[in-house]
Amino acid sequence: MLAVAGQAAWKKAKPLILRDTFLLPLAGFAGLITIWWAIALFRPELMPTPPQALMENLDAIFHPFHRRGPGDLGLGWLLLASLRRVIIGFLIGAAVAIPVGFLIGMSKPALLAINPLIQVLKPVSPLAWLPIALAIFNVADPSAIFVIFITSLWSTIINTALGVSSVPKDYQDVAQMLEMPAWKKIVKIILPASLPYIFTGLRISLGIAWLVIVAVEMLTGGIGIGFFVWDEWSRLNLSSVFLAVFVIGITGLILDYILGLVETWVTHRPARS
Amino acid sequence: MFDSTETDTGNITADYGQEDFLVVENLVKAFPKPDGGRTVILDGINLTIGAEEYISVIGHSGCGKSTMLRIIAGLDKPTAGQITLEGKEIRKPGAERMMVFQNYALLPWLTVKENIRLAVDEVYKKATRAEKVDSINEHLAMVNLTEAADKYPDEISGGMKQRVGIARALITRPKMLLMDEPFGALDALTKRKLQAQVLEIWENHRQAAMMITHDVDEAIYMSDRIILMTNGPEAQIGEILKVPFPHPRDRQKILKSQEYYDLRNQALEFLEQYQ
Repeated sequence: MLAVAGQAAWKKAKPLILRDTFLLPLAGFAGLITIWWAIALFRPELMPTPPQALMENLDAIFHPFHRRGPGDLGLGWLLLASLRRVIIGFLIGAAVAIPVGFLIGMSKPALLAINPLIQVLKPVSPLAWLPIALAIFNVADPSAIFVIFITSLWSTIINTALGVSSVPKDYQDVAQMLEMPAWKKIVKIILPASLPYIFTGLRISLGIAWLVIVAVEMLTGGIGIGFFVWDEWSRLNLSSVFLAVFVIGITGLILDYILGLVETWVTHRPARS
Repeated sequence: MFDSTETDTGNITADYGQEDFLVVENLVKAFPKPDGGRTVILDGINLTIGAEEYISVIGHSGCGKSTMLRIIAGLDKPTAGQITLEGKEIRKPGAERMMVFQNYALLPWLTVKENIRLAVDEVYKKATRAEKVDSINEHLAMVNLTEAADKYPDEISGGMKQRVGIARALITRPKMLLMDEPFGALDALTKRKLQAQVLEIWENHRQAAMMITHDVDEAIYMSDRIILMTNGPEAQIGEILKVPFPHPRDRQKILKSQEYYDLRNQALEFLEQYQ
């Protein structure tokens, strides 16, 4: 009795939090699983039902880091391999894109020279770079990293340039009043003022990079979550594919969340989501 | 505390006097128009400001008063004419002329204290850490912000932000303070309080001050002379009113005097002509 009363009181105190952060999101997932379930019940030859998929995946879920021979690694290893490619490609991309963005944002001639190039290259699917990368590197792994590098460039360049060129005039006046030398103005005023834009660019870039790596690995093969998806499909093992989709989604979410934390830490301000 | 090598404003010995500390001669500012002509904003401004004088500039929007302030600050270049400060021509910004901005211009990623330190670090490169800390604390106390020292600008009120802006300007010990509608973005109550505070600080550390404003009462309460500008384009100085009240000033006393109303009417009549 007492427990029930306590529960009721708690529900009364926090009904909105419970509903908004828990029940409604859960309803969304429940709806999707219901549709999947319905399809699987009516056309069992298409896909497994959710409970079937869960049972078939129990081993993969409970042993993410198993090693049972060269071609049979746990999902955790595959995920780490994909993350490694994305992070290396993304970091090199950011290291190139942020300075280029600064250059474009600060110099009109640089903008006129580089902007058309970006406008032409940005709509190209990053996968189109894969054959070029393979021709250069001859090996799958650096080629995949190169494609991620290219993927990471555009949004970061564009947003950095936007941030740099839209530093409020007041801030620039302050720098001028204090007679700051150019390099100091860049480090102390323009960089911090454009950090929120830079991070917006980085988050978009990382999001796209995580989308692209799955497709790249499907083409290159080897160890990685993307090739796993393709491989399991070839073996008609759709349960694993469902698991992989879920894991890829959660990982993408976590990547964005981590970058948001870094942004808050670097800028001393809450991240704009 | 830092300016041991500089002369005090009291014993100026060069070939300019106490009265012509800042001299504006035939100042013209024009912008080129797309069709080839040019728009003249300021048309032949002549003005002299004393080393310890508080000047207000009033005019309707678009009369170029902010442009004039920015040119004196060195942030904009004049098209013709010249401005000299202590006999030296002004060509670029300098720490001896500090600006207080209408929208505060605080850097949002720095705390109150860090915003003020930014100015000290740039202007007094040779000062020791302890000297800087002392000076920062002194100026924080001067504008009653000691409590808010570690807050970020978006955590404090508009009045507090402008006090940071004032502390940042004053800490470099400028010879001239330039204020672009410093109380323009504040509510009426905060505005009155801050006017009194700024005036008191200025009365204790006399220096040349130039304030752009829209508010006739503010101009009379705070300044020694009021410059009334004609409408732009081609704005000129229309009239200069001398405010006879001695410093330190008491707002209540001023409000009771007949001279206050005469000045106020004179200023408003002038401004109404140019409506």
